[in-house]
Amino acid sequence: MPTPTPSLPYEELGRLLSRMTGAEKHAPSATSTLDVLWVLYDQILRVSPTCLDDPERDRFVLSKGHGPMAYYAVLAAKGFLPLQELARFGAYDALLGHHPDRVLVPGVEVGSGSLGHGLPIAVGMALGLRIQERFRPRVAVLLGDAEMDEGSNHEAIAVAGRMGLDALTAIVIDNQSASHGWPGGLAGRFASEGWHAETVSGRDHAALARALSLPRRGRPQAVIATVEPKG
Amino acid sequence: METMRERFVSTTQSLLGSDPRLAVVLADISADAFEPARRQYPRRVINVGIREQLMISVAAGLALEGLRPVVHSYTPFLIERPYEQIKLDLCHQDVGAVLVSIGASYDWAAGGRTHQAPGDVALLDALPGWTVHVPGHPEEVETLLRAALPGRDRVYLRLSLQTNAAPHSLVPGRFEVVRRGRRGTVLAVGPMLDGVLSAVAGQDLTVLYAATVRPFDAKTLLATLSEPSIILVEPFLEGTSAHAVTSALTHLPHRLLSVGVGRAELRRYGTAQEHEAAHGLDARGLRERITSFLNA
Repeated sequence: MPTPTPSLPYEELGRLLSRMTGAEKHAPSATSTLDVLWVLYDQILRVSPTCLDDPERDRFVLSKGHGPMAYYAVLAAKGFLPLQELARFGAYDALLGHHPDRVLVPGVEVGSGSLGHGLPIAVGMALGLRIQERFRPRVAVLLGDAEMDEGSNHEAIAVAGRMGLDALTAIVIDNQSASHGWPGGLAGRFASEGWHAETVSGRDHAALARALSLPRRGRPQAVIATVEPKG
Repeated sequence: METMRERFVSTTQSLLGSDPRLAVVLADISADAFEPARRQYPRRVINVGIREQLMISVAAGLALEGLRPVVHSYTPFLIERPYEQIKLDLCHQDVGAVLVSIGASYDWAAGGRTHQAPGDVALLDALPGWTVHVPGHPEEVETLLRAALPGRDRVYLRLSLQTNAAPHSLVPGRFEVVRRGRRGTVLAVGPMLDGVLSAVAGQDLTVLYAATVRPFDAKTLLATLSEPSIILVEPFLEGTSAHAVTSALTHLPHRLLSVGVGRAELRRYGTAQEHEAAHGLDARGLRERITSFLNA
């Protein structure tokens, strides 16, 4: 296994994405999740390639497992993955499939792809941390507004709110792709179940970092990150 | 007599005290029975309400954090409704849990089809890595549960109100040789044993008792085989373990009679005993089918 590379800057993410897509150029803004993922791994999550087994690490769950290139690019930029794996995206014996597999990819906490599984599993992880009185780590989950159609997410939102799971943070990328929409916005859906919820620009790194750095207040937290509508 | 569910609850409650990894996940079913345990261990007895998908996902999250989840509900709500969560959140994540069902195939026959799940073991059999226990007596529930809880693997315990009169001293994972005969072998699964013994009284048959069907103890089946005529009697979907028998006997021309719950929806209420008779699983039905098979 080649030695992982040191951290690469945000400006390199387009080049890393191109290794997977084969495109000559790849604008980071073409990927709805990229800025949120970057802010999480660059400024928020206390996790690194050297502490993957540390019970005190922060956990990240990509619930929206579709289109994981941005996730892989950020993991590679932060040294979790060897860069050369990116070019093998989707190959028979690759580490990186079109949906991430925790058994294969270093740093992936939960394998995903079928929508509506990540947040419910993360509720279990947050309960597991609470049982073991690990009050420092947080569990951050990335979802999409269309993924919120899955009923299983609403089972999770209700229970996380009632149980006051303040280790849990849900970040929903809202590119208005839910077929029947979310009248009134998604923040209200979380707030009505007892979450702290706010809506910020999913392209504004400073706003995302601020929203994701709020102190815990006995409630789970939702950040709705709005990006350009899906074209 | 104490039911299998009562023994499951009392054993689990006692083990919560000795094993800090243990956590119980419920979806309202049996929440009352677990209330004393919840009061004693409020963080480790978790009732998510009537949310069976979440029940399995939460168990997976607990397992990812190093805990040993015990997940319990009525059979259709534990296995059928959250089947994709079992496939992905447990199997695909490569974590374990102990799933414990009540209701079996038709314990509450008057409850109708919504509360019957004869296909549960076949469904789990389509997924990798499951140990499947089908105890025939409350005593066996405790033995099998105590054996399952220290691990990290995936285990299913299928509890029922139908029981055999006496418990057997089990070696988990092994078929017990109840008696030996020369005309073939009957493999009786869990609560089917007493009915099988009654049905084959006077027949020169080997009787094996299986309180564990996965992994399938092919070794004991082969070691005790007199004549390659096998009769498989299971309290769930007919033929669920037929592939395991044929796989064990690939090298040998053999005959197999699979007896179990029929695939067609019976669409009748009444009692479990009436359903057993309708599926030919009572002593009389078994006797007729076994005799006809042996004389064919």
